[in-house]
Amino acid sequence: MNKAAALNTKPTYDVMKVRADFPILARQVHGKPLVYLDSAASAQKPRQVIETISRVYTSEYANVHRGAYFLSEHATAAYEAAREKVQAFVNAASVKEIVFTKGATEAINLVAATWGRKFIKAGDEIVLTAVEHHSNIVPWQLLREATGCVLKIAPVRLDGSIDIAEFAKIIGPKTKLVAVAHVSNVLGTVLPVREIAELAHAAGAKLLLDGCQGIVHEFVDVQDLGCDFYVFSSHKLYGPTGIGVLWARLELLEAMPPYQGGGDMIDTVTFAKTTWAPPPAKFEAGTPPIAEAIGLGAAIDYLNSLDRVAAAAHEKDVLRYAMSSLAQVPGVRLIGTAPGKASVQSFVMEGAHPHDLATVLDRSGISVRAGHHCAQPLMEILGVTATTRASFGIYTTMQEVDALIAGLHKAQQVLL
Amino acid sequence: MNTAAPLTDDLRSLYQEIILDHGKSPRNVRVVEHHTCKAQGNNPMCGDRVTVTARVSPTGVLEDVAFEGKGCAISIASASMMSEALAGRTVSTAQQLFSAVHDLCTGKTDTDQAKAALSPDLGDSLDKLASLSGVRQFPVRVKCATLPWHALMSCLDGKNQATTEK
Repeated sequence: MNKAAALNTKPTYDVMKVRADFPILARQVHGKPLVYLDSAASAQKPRQVIETISRVYTSEYANVHRGAYFLSEHATAAYEAAREKVQAFVNAASVKEIVFTKGATEAINLVAATWGRKFIKAGDEIVLTAVEHHSNIVPWQLLREATGCVLKIAPVRLDGSIDIAEFAKIIGPKTKLVAVAHVSNVLGTVLPVREIAELAHAAGAKLLLDGCQGIVHEFVDVQDLGCDFYVFSSHKLYGPTGIGVLWARLELLEAMPPYQGGGDMIDTVTFAKTTWAPPPAKFEAGTPPIAEAIGLGAAIDYLNSLDRVAAAAHEKDVLRYAMSSLAQVPGVRLIGTAPGKASVQSFVMEGAHPHDLATVLDRSGISVRAGHHCAQPLMEILGVTATTRASFGIYTTMQEVDALIAGLHKAQQVLL
Repeated sequence: MNTAAPLTDDLRSLYQEIILDHGKSPRNVRVVEHHTCKAQGNNPMCGDRVTVTARVSPTGVLEDVAFEGKGCAISIASASMMSEALAGRTVSTAQQLFSAVHDLCTGKTDTDQAKAALSPDLGDSLDKLASLSGVRQFPVRVKCATLPWHALMSCLDGKNQATTEK
C-alpha cells in the first residue's frame, strides 16, 4: 500500500493483537473468562512491562547514582532513560522537570507539603472541584490545618460536566492554587482545563492537574495544557505500581523546599548545613523505585508502539456502545454523561446495591468497581451512596460489554 | 436478551429469599423511642453506614432495637433480622447470638454446632440468622453481614462508633 492510500484508510485497531500482549487477560475467574472492567482503578500490564521488570532484576539491577561500577552505571542510565521517556510522553520542556514519586497521591502531597507550606498563607484560597478524588482533597485539608488557608469547591452539573462560568465565580483575587482532575475517575468528564488554566493564571494562581485518568485517556502536552503541576500514577497507565510522576515548571521546582531529607537529594552535607541537589534529585530522597521507573518507561514504549489515535478511538467506540447498551437495561441509570467524556462509566441499577451487583458480576468473571470511588463528596452531590463503575482500556472489547450487560440481567434474576 | 449462565449455588445461598425479603423490605427502620444507646457502623471501604438504636431496661433486657442506614442487601437484611431476633432478649443473649452469627459468617462453625452452643429457645432465631452465613463463600462481603452487629455491640458497650476496619 502506498503512502497516499495509507493516509486515506481509516485507522484500524486490532484489539485482539493488543489483548495478546496482556497475559492476565487469558485467565479465568470463577471458571469464566476474565472480563476486566476496572482499568480506571488499576490497569493490567503488558508482557513488555512484565519482562522488562523481570530482566532488570534478573541481570541489570544495582542501586542508582552510586557506584562507579558497570551494573550501577547501567541501572542509572536505564532509570534516567525512563525519565526522558516520561518527559517526551508529556512534552515537558526539560527532563529536570520530571520528579519520580511513589504515585500520584504522593506527588500531590509533595506539592502541598513543599510549595504549599512555603507559598500558601492564612486566608489564601485553594479552588477544587466537586469531582475530586480524595487524594486531591485531603492533602489540601492537611495544608488548611497547617496554614489556615481556605478551600473553595467549584460545582459540577448533574451530567458530570463543569460550568466554566460558575467556575469563574469561585476564582478570586485570594486564589493561589487551583487543583483539579484532568479527567474525573467517577464520571469520565474531561474537564475544560485550558479554560481553567486561563482563569487561574488571570487571577495569579497556579494550576495543578490530577492526571491519573487524563494521562490514560488524553494526549497530554503539559506545555500546551497551560498547567503548572501535572501528576499521575504509572499503574493506571499499564505500568507497575509504586511509581508516579510529578511534573512542574522548573522555576517552581527550584523555588520549592525539599520534601524528604535523605540520600540522593543533597549537594553537600555537614552537621552545620546541608545544601540541596537541584531538581529533580532534590525531591527523590533515598533509593528510588528503580525497576518500577524502568517498568514505567517500558509501558510508555509499549503505548508508543501502538497507534495511539486508533487506540483512543477504539476506547471511545467501546464507551459509546457501553453507554447505549447500559441505557437499555431496565432500571439502569447512567451517572456521568458529559459530552466528550472518557471511557469510564458509572451507573446505578434500581433495587440493586452496587456491592451486590459487583458480587454477582464477579461470579460471571466480570471485575467492576463498586463503591464511592474515593469520591465521597461527589457521591453526596449526585445523591447516591455508591455507584457501579465499568472502565475501559486499550484491551476492552465489545464482547466484554455484552458480557457486562448479560451479567446485569443475571443480577436482576438474583437480586430482584 | 438474556444470555446469562445459570446461577451458581454460592450466589443462591448468599441471596436467599429471606435475605432479599429483608433487604428490600427491612423491618424496624426507625429510631427507637427513648433509646438508651445509639451507635453508627461504618464500612470505610464502601461507605455503607448503619445507625443502630436500642432501649435497654434496667434489668438488662433489649426492649427495642431499630436501625437506619444505607447499604447493600446483605447489610440491610442483617440489620433487619438482627432487630427482630434481639427484641425482648437480654444483653447477654444478644452477645451470644452476635458471637454465633459472627462465627457462622466467617465459617468458624456450622449451624448445628452454633445451635448446640446456645440455649434451645434461641434455635428459631438462629435458623433465620443462619441465612446470613452464605457470605462465608464471599470473604469481602463478611463485613457487610457483621456491620450492624458490630454497631449494636458498640452501642451496648457505651461507644457510639463501630467500624469494620480494626
